[in-house]
Amino acid sequence: MITVNNIFKCFEGRTVLNDISAQFQTGKTNLIIGQSGSGKTVLLKSLVGLHQVDSGDIFYDDINFSALSFKDKKQIRQHVGMIFQGGALLDSSTVEDNIMLPLNLFTNQSLEEKRERVNFCLKRVNLENVNSMYPAELSGGMIKRVAIARAIVLNPKYLFCDEPNSGLDPKTSIIIDNLIHEITHEYNITTVINTHDMNSVMEIGETVMFIFEGKKWWCGNKDDILNSDNKELNDFVFASSMAKRAKAFKL
Amino acid sequence: MNIKMNLFQKIGQYLILMGRVFSKPERWSIYRKRIVVEMESLGVNSIGIVAIISVFIGAVLTLQMSLNLDNAFIPPYLIGYATRESLVLEFSSTIVALILAGKVGSNIASEIGTMIITEQVDALEIMGINSASYLMLPKIVAAMLFFPFLTILSIGIGVVGAYMIITFNPSIMSMDDFLTGLRFDFEPLYIWYSLIKTVIFAFIITSISGYYGYYTKGNSLEVGRASTKAVVSSCITVLIFNLLITQLMLT
Repeated sequence: MITVNNIFKCFEGRTVLNDISAQFQTGKTNLIIGQSGSGKTVLLKSLVGLHQVDSGDIFYDDINFSALSFKDKKQIRQHVGMIFQGGALLDSSTVEDNIMLPLNLFTNQSLEEKRERVNFCLKRVNLENVNSMYPAELSGGMIKRVAIARAIVLNPKYLFCDEPNSGLDPKTSIIIDNLIHEITHEYNITTVINTHDMNSVMEIGETVMFIFEGKKWWCGNKDDILNSDNKELNDFVFASSMAKRAKAFKL
Repeated sequence: MNIKMNLFQKIGQYLILMGRVFSKPERWSIYRKRIVVEMESLGVNSIGIVAIISVFIGAVLTLQMSLNLDNAFIPPYLIGYATRESLVLEFSSTIVALILAGKVGSNIASEIGTMIITEQVDALEIMGINSASYLMLPKIVAAMLFFPFLTILSIGIGVVGAYMIITFNPSIMSMDDFLTGLRFDFEPLYIWYSLIKTVIFAFIITSISGYYGYYTKGNSLEVGRASTKAVVSSCITVLIFNLLITQLMLT
């Protein structure tokens, strides 16, 4: 479980995260939603230590991550997987080398064992025979899958996803969402997903936190959203006329 | 005042980054492999441009010397002597370093800068990898090991260029005079001076370019700017250190 207590983060005098407290449950897909510029990515990057928070604490289970030294954070990060918006695969490495990199650096496995693990992870994300391809040769959906494979190769306890289905068609988005959801349950991972895709929220939103102007505005699950009377949440979630009609129909 | 602060800030930032670059690597075997790859990328791939420039400069130097030293009081073999000394002392170390600052420096800054803006560096950090060391140390070591070979190659090819121009145009001077000049008053210290300079220049070019790439912020425009700044700063630093090393070693 990841617990966040009263975190603040400012950039050049502008408060981006304003007194956010939350709990992200183990074995569940925890979603952070909000408009572009609301502070979702800053929150996610603060959770993994890519941004240093100005005040407040971030706990990974019982460990106060925000108080750890750079060296100790590195130890925790070996249990962390992250899927970036654009995949963030190393352009100069093949798919196999990308996925194998954490194994090379942090395990003593033989090449055969590492290959086996890479192939297992690729198979898990429904990709095969792409080992020798470079990121530039892959489609957007394939890049996201390889990024997931790389994120899970060391059996992480914590998985962070920054808009994992941005730039993908609705069908591929759902496939990626379901894949993350399945992996979360299968390996009992604490998964935190940043998204503004409402299909994702309705598909896999086991816990949902809505951020508005840097503040935690609303918290619940995908079913609560439909019945919420929070104006800002409704304005965000049911922005399109189709979503408004769907809500009216549901109610 | 602002410019001074900016300069001091940059130097401080550069030194902190170098501290991270030279911290203990996660696994030496990975770094060794990357050093070999970088030797090919930064060194072997630069042989062509160094060879082309050296052969022409060697030829032009000889031509210029013969035109400007055409005096009854100056023995003709001094043309060969002056060509050799120019190649050894300045051209093959300093001028080649300036050319490599353009080729290799822009390559390093744009590669690392692109990795920064596409979150590839963040992905390395999340995996618990010291990204500064992983990306820059192999480049620095590879350049420091390989650039001296480029200098020796440049001296050799420069002499070949001079030989060729005399062969094609014997009216410049006789080949015997040229060969006598080449062997005249040879000082091995100058070769060491040239190689030591090259090693230091290799460090300057790769580390400064890596620094500008690593601190790229924003978008592709910033990558271009970082690349330009890397080349300009590397060239200026190379020239300053050229003066200092010459003062220290030859006076």
